Amino acid sequence: MQRDTGTFTVKSGLAEMLKGGVIMDVTTAEQAKIAEDAGACAVMALERVPADIRRDGGVARMADATKVEEIQQAVSIPVMAKARIGHFVEAQILQSLGVDYIDESEVLTPADEEYHIDKWAFTVPFVCGARDLGEALRRIAEGAAMIRTKGEAGTGNVVEAVRHQRAMLRQIAEVTQLRPEQYVTKAKELGAPVDLVRIVAEQGKLPVVNFAAGGLATPADAALMMQLGVDGVFVGSGIYKSEDPAPRARAIVEATTHFDDPEILAKVSHGLGEPMQGLEIGSLETRLQDRGW
Amino acid sequence: MTKTGILALQGDFREHARLVSSIGVAAVEVRTPAQLADVDRLVIPGGESTTIAKLALAGDLVRPIRDRARDGMPIFGTCAGMIVLAERVIDGDPLLALMDVTVRRNAYGRQAESFEADVDVDGIDHPVHGVFIRAPWIEDVGPEVRVLSSYEGRPVVLQQRNLLAASFHPELVGETALHEFFLSLPR
Repeated sequence: MQRDTGTFTVKSGLAEMLKGGVIMDVTTAEQAKIAEDAGACAVMALERVPADIRRDGGVARMADATKVEEIQQAVSIPVMAKARIGHFVEAQILQSLGVDYIDESEVLTPADEEYHIDKWAFTVPFVCGARDLGEALRRIAEGAAMIRTKGEAGTGNVVEAVRHQRAMLRQIAEVTQLRPEQYVTKAKELGAPVDLVRIVAEQGKLPVVNFAAGGLATPADAALMMQLGVDGVFVGSGIYKSEDPAPRARAIVEATTHFDDPEILAKVSHGLGEPMQGLEIGSLETRLQDRGW
Repeated sequence: MTKTGILALQGDFREHARLVSSIGVAAVEVRTPAQLADVDRLVIPGGESTTIAKLALAGDLVRPIRDRARDGMPIFGTCAGMIVLAERVIDGDPLLALMDVTVRRNAYGRQAESFEADVDVDGIDHPVHGVFIRAPWIEDVGPEVRVLSSYEGRPVVLQQRNLLAASFHPELVGETALHEFFLSLPR
């Protein structure tokens, strides 16, 4: 019988399977193995974690192809990788390497300040960052099959991820109150296609899976975002910039599953060593979330 | 009062709960042994099998699920759920080891090879639409296992008494036939 690959159902289907899970940034095969052993539902391959990109500066690009392959060989869980905003050739290369998901990410230096990647042109699915509903729907219109908050990566400060998820929830609630004749005006205001605004109005949620990302550093941060209604979490610098990565990674996995059980959250929050130090948002020279539109 | 538990450690458990509720049966999320004791059926959803296995071990759920299964509680596993039910996992560790099959994880390939297709299932009068996401396949089955459906020569739906397993995701496309069959299995 006929077999259809690369359909939107297949692309968004993998995101559905990642729900309730933790996707961890890794830069080496060894870190990928630690993430898998801790119970990560996927890993994100990149050259440098966001905290190092922030500290060292320079242009941040797609990870080296050899690194990506080493990570793929080290683990059996899905391997995602980051491409620069608008850099469709990095995306073509990552697709050809067989990565399971591409993150068109503001954490890397944008390659195009006007256009994001046409994600419909790919078989591999994409996840993109968003600060609010309009940005999420623009990315979905371009073919993204999964959304995450942008937050502020590499800070260990969850406040921006909270801000972005709150904005998403508030705007979705507003859209569900609209009468059909108001959809076009709302679409203009959000800068999003009216068909997607109508879907959100009817379903009361984003049409794809929505994860939290950008600044999560503790089990409590992960549970906070889950209680604010995200489907799962990305953790980047928060793990490998902490004193003792493996137990912290395990604790964040458990906290994401048991996000509404304070007893279990208390239990897993014991003895994790020092978290990453973290940064005040007001002190930042570069706000990664302002990349992309 | 009959309640169907959905193992809610990780994965697409809400889609299963929605489907079971749409059939008119109460669905509750199961994350702890106490919640498990309160249900009379269990669905193990799709997700990442290694993640589900670690969380099940950390939550002391493995022994109670096995005991209930041997006691006759019906269990339905899809994709990752099929992997955790299997007695033998190639390049991996079995978790519940309840179903007499050998399973190969990610057998169809990476995400680029994930697909959707219609399959014929014994006892269901229409083609069942399945979404295969980095799906496992079955390498061999024991004498007690009935193969209810095959796709391209590989078993994709199997039953062993009170246990039902599918290598694909009917729950992603609102396909209720397999869940109806599962809910009809005697307790």
